[in-house]
Amino acid sequence: MGEEVKLFRSWSSPFALRIVWALKIKGIEYETVFEDLSNKSPLLLQYNPVHKKVPILVHNGRPIAESFVILEYIDETWKQVPLLPEDPYERAKARFWAKFGDDKVLTSVWNVFIKQGKEQEEALVAAMENLKFLEEEIKGKKFFGGERIGYVDLVLGLLANLISICEEIIGLKIVDEEKLPLLYSWMQDFAEAPIIRDNWPPRDKMIVKFQALLDAAIASSSSSSSSK
Amino acid sequence: MADEIILLDFLPSIFGMRVRVALAEKGLEYEYREQDLWNKSPLLHEMNPVHKKIPVLIHNGKPICESTIIVQYIDDVWKDKSPLLPADPYERAHARFWADCIDKKLYDLGKKITLTKGEEQDTSKREFLEFLKLLEGELGDKPFFGGENFGFVDVSLVAFSSRFYAYESFGNFSIEAECPKLIAWTKRCMERESVSSSLLDPQKVHDFVAGMRKRYGVE
Repeated sequence: MGEEVKLFRSWSSPFALRIVWALKIKGIEYETVFEDLSNKSPLLLQYNPVHKKVPILVHNGRPIAESFVILEYIDETWKQVPLLPEDPYERAKARFWAKFGDDKVLTSVWNVFIKQGKEQEEALVAAMENLKFLEEEIKGKKFFGGERIGYVDLVLGLLANLISICEEIIGLKIVDEEKLPLLYSWMQDFAEAPIIRDNWPPRDKMIVKFQALLDAAIASSSSSSSSK
Repeated sequence: MADEIILLDFLPSIFGMRVRVALAEKGLEYEYREQDLWNKSPLLHEMNPVHKKIPVLIHNGKPICESTIIVQYIDDVWKDKSPLLPADPYERAHARFWADCIDKKLYDLGKKITLTKGEEQDTSKREFLEFLKLLEGELGDKPFFGGENFGFVDVSLVAFSSRFYAYESFGNFSIEAECPKLIAWTKRCMERESVSSSLLDPQKVHDFVAGMRKRYGVE
């Protein structure tokens, strides 16, 4: 039976990148459908009526949404090059670190990016606390998945790209090689790995996009505090 | 070798209740240890150093944190009894999607209903009911979200029903009036021993929430 795999994504969505990497690592053929998120297609709205977001994987006409859910679906459907460990306890740990990455690390890095002055200093302290947990977790391993890239690497992997973009724009080090040597080293190894290095979105476009996001965040926070 | 299972938990916690239901569904014996969340134990710090939160399942000395992750772990390890997730990958993805949806929306909306007033509370009530209606649509005519069988999404959602009386009381509205199908589903779930023995009595939950309102100065 022919497999039909489509990935709905935007050019820059870091969550969609996780899916691109997973599909390529497993050698799965797929078609990309690029969405303009300011003008969502009827098909996107039909496939993800609840959140109306990308990424969406459509496998033989059936849609799956939410990047963590899609990653587990891919791993369970195409069993070559497993992303999650076999052992239930190791799987639970992998899911834990993935959730920590999105819920805490990403949010705290974003706060460092958009805040100013004293608030930014405090945000950096909070981000460091979270990043230190990752530093501890990667001890003794090349990747979070061990010898090769796994589920946690794919989830956290967007940090390897976004952090350096944010650092360049705000002129502030978030993952300092001296303070977080293992994490810094992981970011380089991950970004340089085959498949990963060939699939980053164009850096110059990302810089423009993130500068615009920063400008918008500053504008909205100064307008809401103008009465102070 | 017998399994040693310890659960670090807090009786009114919705997230803790999920784990209690899952353990009961699998017929597992375990030691329940109530935690004081305002004076956290060294064991809790040791077993969940990242978040210092409950629930934490400790299985043969190894800790697992985050309620949805714990429920999946329980289902993975004790897979021969009462499976919570279906076997088919697409059905599993479907269940995980809805469990994630519930996690993202319901707790925060419920919290706002009980801890805010005026317009913010009104907006929260409206969004809460809209979301419950969305869940009713997903349930359809099935007895459970898992279909004929009580499953993963049912476990994720059912604990919230212990808090419905508190939401209605402090929000001054009726959930049953707007979402009768969902209330019928909660009653069906409560017929299961695993659910009725795991959920805290709604009056006790209500009194706990009343205490939280005083603590946050809402009263």
